[in-house]
This record gives sequence, C-alpha cells and structure tokens, in this order.
Amino acid sequence: MNRRDFFRAKSINIESNHLMVDELGDSSNTSKKITRRTNTGISKYQGTWGRDEVLHLLRRTLYGPSIAEVKDFEKLNLSQAVDKLLDTTNYTFEPPLNNYGQTTPDTQVSYGKTWVNAPFDANLEPVRKNSVKSWFWSLALKSNQSIMQKMMVFWHNHLPVQMLEVPVAANCYFYSKVLNDYALGNFKTLIRQMTLDPAMLYFLNGRLNTKDAPDENYARELQELFTLGKGPESKFTEDDVKAAARVLTGFTINFTTTPFSTMFVSKNHDTGDKQFSSFYSNTVIKGRTGVSAGLDELDDLLNMIFTVNEVSKYICRRLYKFFIYYKIDSDAEANVIEPLAKIFRDNDFEIKPVLKALLESEHFYDQWNRACLIKDPYSHIAGFMRQWELELPAETEYQKLYKAYGFGAAYNSITQMNLGDPPSVSGWEAWYQVPLFHRSWITSDSLPKRNEYQDYLLWIGHKVEGFTIKVDVWKITKQFIKPNYPDDLINEAVEFLLPMDLDTTQMGSLKDILLPGGIPDYNWTDEYNAAVDSSYPNHATALSTATLKLQSLYKAIMNLSEYQLS
Amino acid sequence: MKRRSFIKAAAASTVLPVSLNGMGVKSFQESALLAALGKRSADGKVLVLIQLNGGNDGLNMVIPLDQYSNLTKARSNIVLNESKVLKTWVDNVGLHPELSELNNKLFEAKKMSIVQSVGYPQPNFSHFRATDIWMSASDSNTVLTTGWMGRYLDKQYSGFPTGYPNSTMPDPLAIQIGPLVSLGFMGPNTNMGMAITNPSSFYNLVDNNAGSVPSTPAGDELAYIRLLAQQTNQYATVIKAAASKGTNKSTLYPTGTRMNLGEQLKIVAKLISGGLKTPVYMVSLGGFDTHSAQVDGTDTTKGSHADLMAHLSQSIAAFQDDLELLGVSDRVAGMTFSEFGRRIQSNASVGTDHGAAAPLFVFGDGVQPGVIGNNPRIPTTTTVNDNVPMQFDFRQVYASVLKDWFELSSAEVKSILGTDFNTLPIFKNNAASIEDFADFMTQISIANIFPNPAMDQSTVQFRTDGGGRLKLRLYDPLGNLVHEYLDEEFSVGTQEYTMDLRGLKPGNYILQLRSNVKSVTEVLQKL
Repeated sequence: MNRRDFFRAKSINIESNHLMVDELGDSSNTSKKITRRTNTGISKYQGTWGRDEVLHLLRRTLYGPSIAEVKDFEKLNLSQAVDKLLDTTNYTFEPPLNNYGQTTPDTQVSYGKTWVNAPFDANLEPVRKNSVKSWFWSLALKSNQSIMQKMMVFWHNHLPVQMLEVPVAANCYFYSKVLNDYALGNFKTLIRQMTLDPAMLYFLNGRLNTKDAPDENYARELQELFTLGKGPESKFTEDDVKAAARVLTGFTINFTTTPFSTMFVSKNHDTGDKQFSSFYSNTVIKGRTGVSAGLDELDDLLNMIFTVNEVSKYICRRLYKFFIYYKIDSDAEANVIEPLAKIFRDNDFEIKPVLKALLESEHFYDQWNRACLIKDPYSHIAGFMRQWELELPAETEYQKLYKAYGFGAAYNSITQMNLGDPPSVSGWEAWYQVPLFHRSWITSDSLPKRNEYQDYLLWIGHKVEGFTIKVDVWKITKQFIKPNYPDDLINEAVEFLLPMDLDTTQMGSLKDILLPGGIPDYNWTDEYNAAVDSSYPNHATALSTATLKLQSLYKAIMNLSEYQLS
Repeated sequence: MKRRSFIKAAAASTVLPVSLNGMGVKSFQESALLAALGKRSADGKVLVLIQLNGGNDGLNMVIPLDQYSNLTKARSNIVLNESKVLKTWVDNVGLHPELSELNNKLFEAKKMSIVQSVGYPQPNFSHFRATDIWMSASDSNTVLTTGWMGRYLDKQYSGFPTGYPNSTMPDPLAIQIGPLVSLGFMGPNTNMGMAITNPSSFYNLVDNNAGSVPSTPAGDELAYIRLLAQQTNQYATVIKAAASKGTNKSTLYPTGTRMNLGEQLKIVAKLISGGLKTPVYMVSLGGFDTHSAQVDGTDTTKGSHADLMAHLSQSIAAFQDDLELLGVSDRVAGMTFSEFGRRIQSNASVGTDHGAAAPLFVFGDGVQPGVIGNNPRIPTTTTVNDNVPMQFDFRQVYASVLKDWFELSSAEVKSILGTDFNTLPIFKNNAASIEDFADFMTQISIANIFPNPAMDQSTVQFRTDGGGRLKLRLYDPLGNLVHEYLDEEFSVGTQEYTMDLRGLKPGNYILQLRSNVKSVTEVLQKL
C-alpha cells in the first residue's frame, strides 16, 4: 500500500483534552485510540522499494537529505542502499582548525591548521573550546551519504561528555574521535576505549577513582547507562557498582603529555579480588598488580558484563528508539529487539550487522513506523541546511566558516540540544524520559524558535562578516522535475520536505499561495518561465515575483507541523 | 462631447479647501501623540481590506447607464440587460443586479463610496506583478519588497516584533485570513501580520482542535505538535479571548456555498466585537479571473461573475449589519480592491481578458456617500485591446485611508507611499466633500479634439480653470505611453495644440490631460 492510501485511511479527530491531560507515551492509553498494531519483524523487507522508501530511509539516517542524495540512492536497491550508508570509506574525519588566529594569536598553531596536537595553553582554551564545539556541530554537514554522523550523535547521547565541563578542548576532540573510530565498529571496544578516554575520565571522575578514595560514578554509569540499562532485566546490585569501581581504580590523566593522555598508576589501583553478584554468576575478577593490571581487569570486567544478554537487548532498544519510534510494545520486543540482540551477540557486538538488519527489515519500512519520529534539533537545524544546500563561507575562510557553524550550533542549543553538552550523563531526555520521549523536543519555546530559524534563513539570511547564509530557493526548485507547473511543484516540494501527505484542504491552501483565488495554472507557468529566462522582456519583475512566491510556498510548507516529523 | 451633470451628494461637514489648485490641507494640527512610538491608530479604527482575486470586471459591477449602446456594442455577449441593472440614487450609475443587498444596506444607506476607474500609470497585466504593485504601492516599473500596510504598521508599532506583544498593543497588528503571502503586510524587518489559513483553522485554534489526523503513531505525534503550535502562537490567548468575548448578531451571512468571504468577515466582526485591538484585516474572495463563461449564455445576469457579485454583496451587507448590531460600526471601514479590471470588449469565450482600471468600493459609517469620478468613457468602436483609462491612482485611495481614516500626517503618508498623492473625498474626515471635489474636477478639461478620428494630425482644445502645470500625453490601449506632447505651465483659459500622429498604428488611443491632482482623458482614434 502506498503511503497516500495508508495515511488517508481512518482519519479521526483526536480530542485535544485527551491528549494533553493523559499520560502521553503510555502505550496503554495509546492503544485505546489506535487499534491497529504491527507484528512485522526483522525479516528482510520485500515490499515496494521506491522514492517513498528511499526518503523514509534517508530521513532517518542522513541529515537532510538533499535532492541529489535522494536521486543517488534511488538508483540502488535496498541492500545496496543500506550498504552505502554503512560504508565509511568516503567519510573523512578531520579535526578542528585554528579559526581564531586572526583575532587571538596562537604562536604554536598557524591559522587554518589543527590545534589538537598543540601543547595546552590556558589562555587559548576559551577559543579552542569554542572551536571544538563549532566543529563538532559541523560534522552533520559533512555526512556525505554515510550514516556515520547519525551514529556519532547516537553514541554521543549514549556515552555523554559535557565539553564545557572538560577543561581541555583537545580532549573534547579526542573524545569525539573515539566516537568516530568505533561508531560503526565494535561496541565492546567502544566501551573499552571510552572507559579509558581522558575526557570521560574527567567528566565522570574516573581520574579520581583510587583505592583509597574509590569513586563509583563511572562504575555505576557503565552498567546503568552504558551497557545494561535500567530495565527489569538489569539486576546488577549496589555491591556490583562498588566492585566495578575497585576494578577501575588507578586510571588517571597524564598532564605531562601533549595532548593529555590516560595513564595507569599502579599504586592507586586496588589489587584485591572483586566479587560480583549472582546477576553476574558470582564472578570473581582476580586482583592484579603491575602496569597492565588496570587493562587486564578492565577486560575481565567487560567480558563479564557482556555475557549478560540484557546488554545486547538494551543497546538494540536504544537503536530502536533512535531510528524507529520511542514506543516498543511486546510485539516489537519479541519480533525486533530479541532477534536484533541475537545478531548483535552472534557478531561479537559488531554494530554494522545490527544496523544492516534493522535498516533492511520489514519493520523499518512498515507504514506504521513512518513519519512518526519528531526531528531532534540537530536533524532539524542541520537537516535544513543540507536540504536547502545552503552555501557557507569558503573552506579556507576559517573564521567566517566556524562562525557559520557557531550560528547553527547556537540555534541547535536554543531549541534544546546543545550538541557536545547534553544536560546530564543520561543524555537528552527525548531518548529516555517517560512519558514524553521525543515530544520533549517540542515545547512552547522551542517550536516557535524552530519556525523562526526556518523563516530567518528563508527570508532574511544570516550575515557572518559580510557573507550571507540564506536559502536560494531557485537552487532547489530547479532540481524539481516540473517546477513550472503548479500542481507538480507543490507535489514535489511536499514530497521532498514532508514525510506525510497533506489533505486536499492543505494542498488547496498551498496552491492558493501560488495562484490566489483560483487563477488558472498557466499564470504560474508563464511567470516561472519568464523568471528563469533573461530573454523575456518581463524577466526582472517575474524573477522577483516568482522568488517571493517560492519563498512563501516553502515557508508555508515548513510552518506545517508535518515538517517537524521524520 | 457630453458633459455629465455632477453628483450633488449630501454634503458632509467639511473644512473648506485652503487653496484652489491643491485638494486642501487639513487645518487641524497633526497630533504629536500619534507620532509617538507604539501608539495605535486613531481611536481604535479598523480597516478591512477585501481582496478580489483574479481581476474583477468593473464594467459589469458598476455600470455606466449613460453609455449603454456603446457598452452593448463592445461586449454584446456578456452585457447585462439594461432593464435589469440596479438603478441607484446617483444618476447614470448602476450596479450589477446581484448587488442588491450591498445597494440597500450600504449605498442607499449612504455609507458607501464608489471610486471610479482606479488604476495606475503603465498598468501591468500579470496577476502576480499587478498584485504586488497594489500590495506594495509601487510604481509600475519599480519593485518594492515591503507592503504599504506593512510600512504603515511598522511606523505605528516601531521595532516590531521586538517588544511585542506588550500592554499597549497585546494583539496582532494585522490579521489575514488566507495564507500570509501577500506583500501587503510585509514590513522592513518582518511580516507584520498574522495568518489564519482559513475559517476552520480559526475555529480549530479557538476550540483546541488538532484537526483530523490518521490513526497511526505519525498521526499521534502530528496532533501533539499541532496542538502545541496552536498554544504557542503568541496571539493564541488574545484571539481566543476575543473570540469568546465577541459574537455575531447578524443572520444575513451567506451559507451553503464554497465561497467563504462571508465566513471570513464573520470572524472579523466577532474579533472586533470581542475587543481585539488589531487595526487591519485582510480577507479575500477568488475566482474573478473570468476569461471565459463569465456569464450564463441565456441570461447574462447569471453566471460565475454574478455568483461572485452575489456572494460579495451578501457578505459585505451582513458584515455591516453585524457591525451595527454589535455597536462597533463607527470604528470600521472596508475597502474592496482587485489587481486589475478587465477589457472593455469581451472575447469570444463569453468572458473578458486582463484589463486596467476599475471601480472600487469603500464602505462604513465614516465614509462620504456617493461616486467619485466620472463613468468610464466607452468608445463607439472598440478593439479587443482597449482598456478603461485611469481616473485615479490607487495610491490616492491609500493616501485617503492613511490620512483621513488613520489620521497620519501628510509627511507620514508620504514616507509610506513614497511621494505625495492627493487624497480623495472618500472619508467624512477629508477636507473636501464630494461636491467640492466634483466642482474642482471641472477645473481642467479637454474641450474638443478635431478631427477625431484622425489621420496625420489632430488639434486638441483644452481648458484650465485654475492654471498650473499641465501635461498632454498619448497612451496606447494597453496603457503604454506613446508620446508626451506637452509639459508646461499654463495660465487660466483655453489652449489649443496640434498633435502629430504620423507613424502611429491605427487604433484607439487615450489622450490624457493631467494636472498635479487629476487627469482627464478622451479617446482619440487614429485611422
């Protein structure tokens, strides 16, 4: 069934009072209104593979996407498309650069070169911190048809660090590098490397965890947030937290290297045996001494934790909530989570096989699961820039370019997602907090700001030292197939920008923008043709009129609530 | 050439014009208070702009009863049966038979002004460009990116949106029912108006209704976002308050039709009666682009244009009725406008093509009743390219609104419209009455053109009763300037000038004599 038929079926009026007062996100309430459920699983999707499916896939896995990206993926079949998303060979990960040198001199690093390997300089920390935060935000713009950036955000949310709390900008970069190196690699290794990352050691106090003064912070989050979760099957005990803390004693930050790195101080390590609870089959991790004690015990700890099946299920549930929907009913648990978790375990915690199965599954393409994710701010803000192919200052105009990134990052932040600085070690509420989950992105403050951002870049543009970042409506319009025919233009624009179809009243309102009061279609065609061809005598006025019309049309589409869905 | 007798309207109390040449400067001092920041327009006055989308056939709406034979010749397949045209209290000015409610409730009731042949020099025939010209109040060859109402509102509420809403102005500056795309409300920094897409989205907002959504997770999320969007509309609260405090008392609003101008005006009346301080509303009726089947083949008083006239008439009459019953009619003025009129001559598809000048209505308690300007001159023989020539620039109407309704100073009006445009005696507040204005209009005239039709040359005799600078110009039927014969000062009296017509293509031309306040035209036929 194509999406039009599906979404037209059974339209109902939802009473507002019911939605606002009842617990949203509580599945028992929802099932009162929605009687149809789905029991599709992770068998490979066999249905229609067309533009709707490509758009659905790319909306969830890329930022944007752009029209060119959609066209590229349309040439592939389902497997090829997913393989392409998981392929990182074309994805280059470049460190942040000295963008501040023209206003704040840096004697160690020239303007335009990377500062991440330069010695720590307290005077330069503020500008370098600014640099890394802007740079971190910019990664979505470079996602280059790979799922990598989405996965980096997924893992950043799962394994958070607050960059503003970490007093060393370079280590914020290296934390990001850990995410990048393992985002599509091995989860167990990711956890291992993250445990040893200086920024993480700083953020969750691992560096202060010594045998005389054990600090349980990381030990707890490792189990509660990073590997096992807090579900009913996660039954590690307080004693397990204490024991794990003892395992992790001795790791600290070496402030003598450039950059600062992790070191193991044996004399701070608790060398006793660590006894774990029956949840962990009463495992004892033998205390070690010597320089490799920390790593050896860490590996034992991780091996022990990863034998628990709940680990694989927890991570798969997190992936589900990130890529599909925040409600996992018992059918989804049985038909999707369980089998995915098994793939995860069977592949020794390699992430790619899980993603491949998920993104090729009939469940992923089920009409039930389309258009139901509220875009997180990063998907909204960066996605907008990539959809509209906004031109930014040149690569070598480092100062301007990073200011442009900063602008994006600022809007990201004021719409509730300060990338690089999640509100807590639990990440952003949208991905865990009952009952609202994703709905928490949309508030009486953030929603107007989303619209304000869209309108601002569409109509006025943002100036960065004389460079204006603004939507060029013609760039996108000219990539449509028949933009000079009003019905085609509207259909194509709606298909490109919205994940759901609109009803006839909504489409009528959009048409009223191009052709007020029912004037015939050829009026738009004539205006468009004159606007794009300078040989027409009325070219200049047609160009300004048609530009205004396109801006109005696109504004109206993006002001619809449907635009906030993915 | 016949000279029509001018209208003797009931004279409103006025201040006499200060000078003879100019339209008179109002002698009361401009209020310093009005110039202050954040002050709203005088005395809570409201303007309702009624846009007729598509280009309204003015000749079928306001019918020149004194030229019926020429009218019939020019548009025999659509012209109304003369006996069916509504006669009005103004000699020789008739209305389309479907405008009876409007005639009774407003024109007969002396609450309506008809301004004849409103247009602008070098008319543009593109819907989009012409609409932009009317919305931005630009010259035909200048592109402005702000609207005249946007500029007005920016003046009254400077700094918007920063600092708004506030206690002095808690309400939207302007409301448009329909997608907010019209340039009209675009200010220098932002769009000054608020859009309510259609009447049902207004009621959804007021009733906390998300509208229909599919019964899927996507539908669930959509409903959530929509409700939140309604709540966060910064004006949601004041709109809901005004909607619940306000009401409608008229039973005359039209129903059972897809046209919803009546519904839109009903909402406007409710909000005004509910105490919303919004000074400007824009509503619209579409379908006026009657290239074909403008009338019913067997009965020209029926058909698509007739249906529009009927709906327009019923909606405006109901609106005025409602405002009177609600006790707010003294504060409200309404105005119709369209991006252009239509050709004098009809086409073979029983319709009309894009034209130029056309009449418009301004109505309300504060309006001087009557007709401003003459009936358009219909030539004896017409071609398909002939257009109704302009008598008044639409910016004169805007200037009258800004100066006489919203009580801005001349300097403020000039800064909004770009240059001085003399006001017309539309509002009771205007310095002149229609009678004075009619008298004034006799002050320049084209007395004679001989020969007419002409081949190589023709001599025009013209008169100026007040003296002053005059221009003599020749326009082609599409409104393009062909030649400017004269531009100089003349003293009181009659003048003669011989025009060289060699090289001009045969056809009907418009000869225009213009002073700094008005123009008169005659048709010159070149053989």
